[in-house]
Amino acid sequence: MYGRKVKLRFLFIVVVLITLILIVFLVLKSLEENVVYFQSPSEINTSTELDKKKIRIGGMVKKNSISINSNEINFIITDFKNEINVIYTGVIPNLFEEEKGVVAEGYLKDRNFFSATKILAKHDENYMPPEVKSALGEN
Amino acid sequence: MIFSIIGHYSLILGLCLGLILVYFSVKNFQNSKLLDTKILSLTFLQFFFVVISFVCLILSFVLSDFSNETVFNNSHTTKPLFYKIAGTWGNHEGSLLLWLFVLTLFILVFLIRSKNQPTKYKILTLVFQQIIIIGFFSFIILTSSPFNYIYPNPVEGLGLNPILQDPALVIHPPILYLGYVGSSIIFSSVLAATTLKMINKRWATHIKKWVLISWIFLTLGILLGSIWAYYELGWGGFWFWDPVENVSLMPWLALTALLHCILVLEKRLILSSWVIILSIATFTLSMCGTFLVRSGILNSVHTFANDPERGLFILIFLFSLIFLSLIIFFFFHKPKKNNFESFFWLSKETSIIINNWFMMYFLSVVIIGTVYPIFLDVLSSQKISVGPPFYHKLIIPFLMPFLLMMAIGPNLKWIKSNLENKIHLATLLVISILLSFLIVKNFDKNFLVNTILISSALYLFFITIKDFFIKKNKNVSKNVSHFGFSLLILSILFNNLFSTEIITNLKVGETFVSNNTKIVFENINQKQKKNYRAIFGNFSIENADGTVEKMLPELRIYNQPNIVTSEADIKTTLMSDKFLVINLVQNQEYFNVRYQVKPFMLWIWLSVLLISFGGLISLIKRNENEK
Repeated sequence: MYGRKVKLRFLFIVVVLITLILIVFLVLKSLEENVVYFQSPSEINTSTELDKKKIRIGGMVKKNSISINSNEINFIITDFKNEINVIYTGVIPNLFEEEKGVVAEGYLKDRNFFSATKILAKHDENYMPPEVKSALGEN
Repeated sequence: MIFSIIGHYSLILGLCLGLILVYFSVKNFQNSKLLDTKILSLTFLQFFFVVISFVCLILSFVLSDFSNETVFNNSHTTKPLFYKIAGTWGNHEGSLLLWLFVLTLFILVFLIRSKNQPTKYKILTLVFQQIIIIGFFSFIILTSSPFNYIYPNPVEGLGLNPILQDPALVIHPPILYLGYVGSSIIFSSVLAATTLKMINKRWATHIKKWVLISWIFLTLGILLGSIWAYYELGWGGFWFWDPVENVSLMPWLALTALLHCILVLEKRLILSSWVIILSIATFTLSMCGTFLVRSGILNSVHTFANDPERGLFILIFLFSLIFLSLIIFFFFHKPKKNNFESFFWLSKETSIIINNWFMMYFLSVVIIGTVYPIFLDVLSSQKISVGPPFYHKLIIPFLMPFLLMMAIGPNLKWIKSNLENKIHLATLLVISILLSFLIVKNFDKNFLVNTILISSALYLFFITIKDFFIKKNKNVSKNVSHFGFSLLILSILFNNLFSTEIITNLKVGETFVSNNTKIVFENINQKQKKNYRAIFGNFSIENADGTVEKMLPELRIYNQPNIVTSEADIKTTLMSDKFLVINLVQNQEYFNVRYQVKPFMLWIWLSVLLISFGGLISLIKRNENEK
């Protein structure tokens, strides 16, 4: 009934559509898996269920909280309402300082302990990560 | 002071000239013969004013004129002269002026270089380019003037961010901008050609040179930025899927697709709509990129809201450009009806189209990963970040067929082709698979993925080498670029597989011992430089093979602004880089030490150079053919 060309083109469109749907599905799934959510110490304190996925925590490095030995560094992130202890092994950025903003990426051990895999501090003394700004509220 | 005034008024004069140019061109469009020389001199005059304004800004920086707000915010008297000059384009206002400079430079060179093109086409290109130029003039004058005056005059400036005080970052922005803004000429020209219905083979040959120029600079610009991030930020890698990097990759992907597509248009006069769309997309993406980086939207959506005037102007301007180009596309462009039927499944054009689909897929992945967090923040104020795993997961599986297509495609013929030398192709494939199997077999991590990836990259590698010998000079430029790309992928893969890293915290005098490396932190010494204090760490590193190497990583404590930066010590050899960086931990005796052995680092840079070198060869060849 239909010519060979029409059939071919129909097949072509079907293949393209299926590929598109597959790709959209793949992108969405991988987005869902690899997105890292940001939380403040207070949000963790009040949350009912602890995230098992990788998250980011932001706030200020508490004064006099940094302690270091040859393979790890410990410090406390605070948003002036709640705080959380961080254990970290890895590269420490130069702008990582007490009473400065910081973002730590890693996994929650429990409500009070966070094991970080990465520490981010921006290369600009005036810069405050937007996440930290909002975590600290009006401060 | 005086320079700020001159600079400011030159900008206004330049804007007026832009308006005059548009008015003249539109009014005398029909009897356009008379206009040729007039337009050229007016464009030159406009370029001249932009240069004056730019020079004025540089002079204000050199003389440390702190009555100028931009200078005050970004300079300091103790800064070395070199960085005073470079600081001119290291900030929002100055970099926009650089944009404007390149915009006017390109249209001037375009007018001079395309004498043989129809006058109407030249004039129309000029009009579209002037629309962009006028937009930028008004943007600079209204919202981000580099010549704002502060009273009372401050005695000292705030200084340039120390990580920008680096030779690579001095040339990185101009080169990158030549690439970004180079695409504006493609954009204007494509709109002009569409309006005049002259999207044909001749036009394709003519515009291809501009695509090549823009592509070469963009590639080099990205390379420079990447090298800078490698040694200055101390992350020890070359690409981090950081949004700022991604925005430069987006126009590159579109431009690369365009580069291939134009070939098809040149040879077969098909895909004209696709060429138009890609040209528009490239420029739009370049503009988005500059604005996203410069307006602070990427770092923080809130900066955007803090300066609504700037952000709003950008958005309105961008959308009106897109709107204008879409109108032109839909109303003026009438593609020939029989376009689609003329494809045979095995032919060069089909393989280029498939290449384009892959490019578009990579592009969408990068766009989604970069823009999605911004949207989510605006819509639901939920803060997220998208990390490297997202990109790796989505790009790597598609890289394998992409590489294979890249190997086979160029050897196909136009219109209708057979697979020639099937035995050759098959043998090389088997060799590649066996080789990569041998390389990967000692690693149990991601065994399958690595084998397939390396074999497809090796395949492309072998095929391009084979073509060098067999085809001889037939298409050297393509071959060099494709060879460079296979080398790039191979270097990246080997770099990933064989890199080793030690991160530890050491006090002065301590020693770190692992099973094959010994790091001795011997002592530190200090040196006072012009605007910073340098702390050198003396390290000696004993490798597994017994060789001992001295390394001197450096910390710089800048006076203004008061910032500490790390200068990694990198020992580069042909086969691998040794990378040592130290960081200071506040109020502690410990230094944070990171030692990496990174194989094939040099090859990553070299292969990108090769890729752009391929473009250069093609450009030179085209110029010679014209003579």
